[in-house]
Amino acid sequence: MTRVVVVGASAAGLAAVDALRREGYDGTLTLVGAEPHPPYDRPPLSKQLLAGAWEPDRLVLRTPAELSALGLDLRLGTAATGLDPAARVVALSDGDRLPYDALVIATGVRPRRLPGEGPQHVLRTLEDALALRERLRPGRHLAVVGAGFLGAEAAAVARGLGVEVTLLEPEPVPLARTVGAPVGAMLAALHREHGVTLRTGVAVRAVCRGGVRLADGAFVAADEVLTAIGSVPNTDWLAGSGLPVGDGLECDMYGAAAPGVYGAGDVARVRHPVSGAASRVEHRTHAAESGLAVARNLLRPDAPRPFAPVPYVWSDQYDVRLQAYGYLRGHEHLDVVEGALATRRFLVAYRSGGRLTGVLAAGLPPRVVRRWRQAVAGRVPWREAVPAAGAVP
Amino acid sequence: MRVEIDEPKCVASGQCVVASPEVFDQRDEDGVVIVLDAAPAPALHDAVREAAAVCPAAAIRLVLE
Repeated sequence: MTRVVVVGASAAGLAAVDALRREGYDGTLTLVGAEPHPPYDRPPLSKQLLAGAWEPDRLVLRTPAELSALGLDLRLGTAATGLDPAARVVALSDGDRLPYDALVIATGVRPRRLPGEGPQHVLRTLEDALALRERLRPGRHLAVVGAGFLGAEAAAVARGLGVEVTLLEPEPVPLARTVGAPVGAMLAALHREHGVTLRTGVAVRAVCRGGVRLADGAFVAADEVLTAIGSVPNTDWLAGSGLPVGDGLECDMYGAAAPGVYGAGDVARVRHPVSGAASRVEHRTHAAESGLAVARNLLRPDAPRPFAPVPYVWSDQYDVRLQAYGYLRGHEHLDVVEGALATRRFLVAYRSGGRLTGVLAAGLPPRVVRRWRQAVAGRVPWREAVPAAGAVP
Repeated sequence: MRVEIDEPKCVASGQCVVASPEVFDQRDEDGVVIVLDAAPAPALHDAVREAAAVCPAAAIRLVLE
């Protein structure tokens, strides 16, 4: 193997090229990135960068010297536009064609947008975050559409900057489907305490000049609108390639989508080796872990290792840091097993299929959290993990 | 190999402790990383590299000497 191409120059793509070199691959290594910037970190975009606490230089993931030490054929500001997996060639936006022996697809996701003529911010790239930050001035009014982790973090930052915030959420309780209604209700109270106007059960039809139009026809005035309603996998360039594309690039439990083709990061839908469930995980940690895993499998196609991490994500909202380990979405049941939601120092355990599959913690000592994380990693039966909960119905 | 931490970046995920418990720990009060061994022995290097790679906040820097 002498030619490896990695498409996508963010956390997953960078982890892949890093791991390939570390594992001894010394052939041509091309890293293609649609954005003009060298790899940078995205989680701070809705946190420290948006708040003005950090400048873009704090987000850089590798120094120029570290990047150069990787010996990359680095193609920034260049998008992949097509793939021929039979001929093993990637087509680029600058007209170049890259032959490969192995390919890693890490093209990530892009934000979903609302219909309408009015200007709307999204929050995915450095430019997005800087454009929004520029507009967050005390006394101005920001409407945030979508109270998921991203929208909630941006709302919290904006309040900290003295911005009037209206947070619009179609569900009756924010984040209920992910973290459960009791936790969602606690987060709703947290935002209201900090002066956010939170309106739930409200669908937005369109972004207009000067605000948003709701499904019931009402108008919410705002100086700025941030749309945070989820994302779409960047798989358009794979159309016609014959690769299995649905909600993302369909990969097996080794991260492989076709012979010599692997998926990593937000764009990849990977099958879990134990539960058998396919999922697409849009977490920073998952990007790095999956990049690492596919790099190893790519170099050892005869002895691949299944990719079965414990997903980890954190969210900062005001002075509360939420930390989630494992799978929370789609849970059947939850219990507060340490602390209490009201004190905002707690650990919530989530049950799926009779097992402990995830925990969400805030404000607890790391030793306590680590013990639960271990239980999640072991998919411990619920009755053992949470004895007080009794028999599973 | 020297292990350096950009402490304000640390988000207390504990991923590094799972990957390399000989080299990393967390403060009790806020979970921020503690380096137990800033110049780990070669036998630990793979695990330390893994820890740096999976840090969700890119807070661990490895300086090769």
